[in-house]
Amino acid sequence: MSRPSAPNGSPFTAPAWIAAASVLGLVSALVGDGIFDVVSWAVFAALVGLVVRAWVKRTR
Amino acid sequence: MQRTTIKAWFLIHKWTSLVCTLFLLLLCLTGLPLIFAEEIDHLAEPHAEQPAAPGPARNFDDQVNTALAQYPGNVPLFVGWDPEANTMYVNTGARADTPPPQMKTALLDSSTGAVVPAAQFNEGVMYFILRLHTDLFLGLPGMLFMGLMGLLFAVAIISGLVLYGPFMRRQRFGTLRTGRSRRLAWLDLHNVIGVVTLGWALVVGITGAINTVAKPLEAAWQSEQLGEFAARYAGQPRPTTLASLQDAVDTALAAAPGMRPAFVSFPGTGYSGDHHYGVFMQGNTPLTERLYRPVLIDAVTGELTAQPQLPTYMSVLLLSQPLHFGDYGRLPLKILWALLDLLTIAVLVSGLYLWIKRGNTEARVTEIERAEKTGGAA
Repeated sequence: MSRPSAPNGSPFTAPAWIAAASVLGLVSALVGDGIFDVVSWAVFAALVGLVVRAWVKRTR
Repeated sequence: MQRTTIKAWFLIHKWTSLVCTLFLLLLCLTGLPLIFAEEIDHLAEPHAEQPAAPGPARNFDDQVNTALAQYPGNVPLFVGWDPEANTMYVNTGARADTPPPQMKTALLDSSTGAVVPAAQFNEGVMYFILRLHTDLFLGLPGMLFMGLMGLLFAVAIISGLVLYGPFMRRQRFGTLRTGRSRRLAWLDLHNVIGVVTLGWALVVGITGAINTVAKPLEAAWQSEQLGEFAARYAGQPRPTTLASLQDAVDTALAAAPGMRPAFVSFPGTGYSGDHHYGVFMQGNTPLTERLYRPVLIDAVTGELTAQPQLPTYMSVLLLSQPLHFGDYGRLPLKILWALLDLLTIAVLVSGLYLWIKRGNTEARVTEIERAEKTGGAA
């Protein structure tokens, strides 16, 4: 098991981006159809994908 | 972060989470089928072929008469239209102020007036789940209680985010360590899923809390804005013979070009005073179809009385509904909404596990301090 390397920057950078993307996903489908729906789907699919990625890359 | 600060946030996170977790689990579990309520309702209905080109709409007054023939002795309360199906519903009740649980609804083909077989909205498994989700069968007190749980959930999310900082200061985003101890694995899982669902869960939690005050907000709107028009009819009894519904809707359509009627409230139902039809018009975009524009039509003369603008708090309420239900981006959004709901359940269950395996508060605060300084935990 390797010691974790300290990442650069604030630990809140990723949550801030995720929160901003979530707001975009929530609002997008509300303001229009078609491409606006697709943006919402892409954002929320990406969020689910982040959890899947964390699970796949887990350290045992 | 100072130890006292960590301890304060830890206690806020612990107690706000603990108080609301069981109710949040109930909300997430009951919310799951409610996301697909429309699809489940359609599955439960007998399959009927829709004509490719439906005929012209039948006169609305005839539609109401057909509905009343289904429920003799009742009075009409609301009528409404499904823009995606050629149907019109008519809510009826024994009195004008019949509450929703006692209403009887007829679903009619908009062109032919044929009664479409459909379950009552206030009966069956889905209604049971809805009541459990919204008010625990306790009415307004239950709703307000669930709203309070939603607010506690929001505080738990924010305090959890504050604690996420020291935990993750020396870890890469998405770190999930499953090989060291079971507790650390659950803690990492709680952090990863919690931070990914952060924005979504915060919005769904807060909009859910806003929805719980819908009845008080509607009552305030009734007394403030509609009361102004009702004052002109002070001392007059509620009319028993009403002007044509069809003419009222036609007048509203002429007054609000480019919009379509979503539903109409009859006098005495609490949505348009005792002397008016309230024709609630909607736009054609996902946003404007949520922001109803009421058109008040005198229920005796059939003349236009007013088109009051919705107050800001009613607009906030109406916009908070889709943001809570997730029903505005077609089926793919509903499926993703359900997945995020399942992830929120995972956050709640992992949080509960961490509380069961908690040890004492000082040990947990020390754990957070150690994670901040060295990256080690548990």
